[in-house]
Amino acid sequence: MTTTAAATTARDTRPTLARVAANRVGVELRVFFRDGLSVGFIFAFPVVMLVIFGSVFGDQEAGPGVSFVQYFLAGMVATGVMLSSFQNLALSIADERDQGLLKRLHGTPMPPSAYLLGKIGMVLVLGLCQTALTLLTAVVVFDVDLPTEPSRWLTFAWVYLLGTAAGSVLGIGVSALPRSAQEANAVITPIVIVLQFISGVYFVFADLPGWMQSLASVFPLKWMAQGMRSVFLPDSFVSAEPAGQWQHGLMVLVLATWIVVGTALCLRTFRWTRRDAG
Amino acid sequence: MADTDLAVRVRGLSKRYGDHQALDGLDLDVQRGETFALLGPNGAGKTTAVEILEGHRQRDGGEVAVLGADPGTAGLDWRARIGVVLQSGSDSGALSVTELVRHFAGFYPRPRDPDEVIDAVGLREKARTRARSLSGGQRRRLDVALGIVGRPELLFLDEPTTGFDPQARRQFWGLIGSLAEEGTTILLTTHYLDEAEHLADRVGVITSGRMVEVSEPTTLGGRLQATATVRWTDADGRHAERTTTPTALVEQLISRRPGAEVADLEVLRPTLEETYLAMVGDDTTEVAR
Repeated sequence: MTTTAAATTARDTRPTLARVAANRVGVELRVFFRDGLSVGFIFAFPVVMLVIFGSVFGDQEAGPGVSFVQYFLAGMVATGVMLSSFQNLALSIADERDQGLLKRLHGTPMPPSAYLLGKIGMVLVLGLCQTALTLLTAVVVFDVDLPTEPSRWLTFAWVYLLGTAAGSVLGIGVSALPRSAQEANAVITPIVIVLQFISGVYFVFADLPGWMQSLASVFPLKWMAQGMRSVFLPDSFVSAEPAGQWQHGLMVLVLATWIVVGTALCLRTFRWTRRDAG
Repeated sequence: MADTDLAVRVRGLSKRYGDHQALDGLDLDVQRGETFALLGPNGAGKTTAVEILEGHRQRDGGEVAVLGADPGTAGLDWRARIGVVLQSGSDSGALSVTELVRHFAGFYPRPRDPDEVIDAVGLREKARTRARSLSGGQRRRLDVALGIVGRPELLFLDEPTTGFDPQARRQFWGLIGSLAEEGTTILLTTHYLDEAEHLADRVGVITSGRMVEVSEPTTLGGRLQATATVRWTDADGRHAERTTTPTALVEQLISRRPGAEVADLEVLRPTLEETYLAMVGDDTTEVAR
C-alpha cells in the first residue's frame, strides 16, 4: 500500500491484497468486454431493450402522469443491476471453474479474497457504466427527465448498492451448483428472464395477478425495480403501486435478507475445482 | 531427520474415491534440486498424488511434507514457493500471452521478468496472441510460463507434453532442462518413457497407487535388466537361452568350435520400455495405447 513495489525490484513479501485485487478488476473487465455474448446479453441488454420497448410502447401511459418509457427505465436500471451482478457472476464463475482457471489461480499465492474483490470491483464498474448508458439513452432518445433532488439520488445509491451486493453474493453462491458452465447457462438464464416478467419490469406491477405479485415479492428484483421507480418516477405514481407506498423499509429488509442468504450460500458452496474433481 | 535436503517427503499416502483405492500407501522422496519423474499407466494414481502434493486435494491418510510444509494446510507464502502446471487448461482464452504472464507475475513476491519468461518458453512471437488462438503445444508452453513466472523452488508438471509432436517435445525438454540447471526441483508425471529417461535424475514407477520402484532411468527394473537372452543357430537349429551371465555362455559357445563363427549370435537385453511394461504388468494394455 505504501511502497511503489516495482515488479523488477526484489520484494520479500507478497504483493498487497489491494494491489492484487486491483489487478484482478482490470483483468476481469478486459475479459468481460472481449466476450461478445457478455457484452450483448449483460452490458448492452438494458439499453437495447429500452430502445425497443420505448419505441413501441413509449407513448402509452403506465400510470398517472407517467409514460411507459419512464416506467420501463426504472425496470431496466434494476434489471441491469441484476444482470451485471447475478447473471454475470453466476455464469462467469461457473465457466472459470469449468475451464480450470479457478484451479490454476488456487495453485498460486493469489489471496482468495482478491479473486472475490476482483469480481465485485468488476460488477461495480460494469453496473455503473451500464446504468449511466441506460439513463443517457433515456434522456437523449426519449426525452425522459431525470430527478434532480439529492434525496432521490441517495435512494438510488442505496438501492443500487444493496441490489448489487445481493446479486453478487447470490451469483457467486449459485455458480457452484450446476455441474458445468453449460448447465449454468441453461439454469440461470431462464431464472433471470422469468424474474423480469413477474417483477414488474416489462409490465406495470399493479397490473399483474395477485399470485404473481406475491411470488415476485419473495425475490430481490421486484424490490430493486420498485426502489428504482421511487427514484425515477414522480411521487404521484405511488398511488399506482399495489402497496400505495414505496415501502423503503421493507425493501431494505428483503434485500438484506438475500445478502445474508447469498453469503451463507457462498460459504457453503464455493469451490476451486469442478464438482467431479474429487 | 535430514528433511531439509528433501523437497518432497511422502510416507504411506492414501486416497480413496468411493470403492476405488487411488493411492494405497505411496512413499516418495524428492531431493532438492533433482528432477524426478513419476511414471505409470493411466489410472495408476500419478495425478492424484501430485494434486495432493500441490494442495489441490485432501488426502485420506499418510504423511506429506512439501518444502517442509503440509500441503493440506500450508498458506499463501508456501504457494509462492511452488509452481504448478496442471494437466490441462483451456481457461483465460480472451487474454494474450503477455497479459496472462504479467498478471500471474503480480501474485508473487519475487517474480521472474515476464518478457524473459515468454522468451524462455519460446512464445515471443506469440506474445500478443490471445490464449485461445494458440496451438496445443503453444498453449502448454504458456501453462509452463505461468507455472514458472513466480520463480518456484519446486515445480510440478503433470503430463506436460501429452499431445506434442516429436519436435515440440524436444524443445520442451530443453526448457525443462534449463530450469533444472538453474536449480529448480522438478516433479513431473509422464507416461512417456523416453521423456523420463531424457529429463529425470530419478524415476519412480507407480501402479495401482503404490510405488513399485525408484531408480535412475538407466537402472530401472535392475533385476529384470540383469537377465539377457542369448540366441544362436547350430546344427540342431535355432536356440534362445535366458541367462544372467551371457558372457560365460558366449565363451562356452565359442569353445565348442574354436575359431568358427557362431551363426546368428545375438545377446539381447530388455529395453527400458520392455522392462517398464513388465513392471506395470496388467496395466500394459493401457500404456500401449
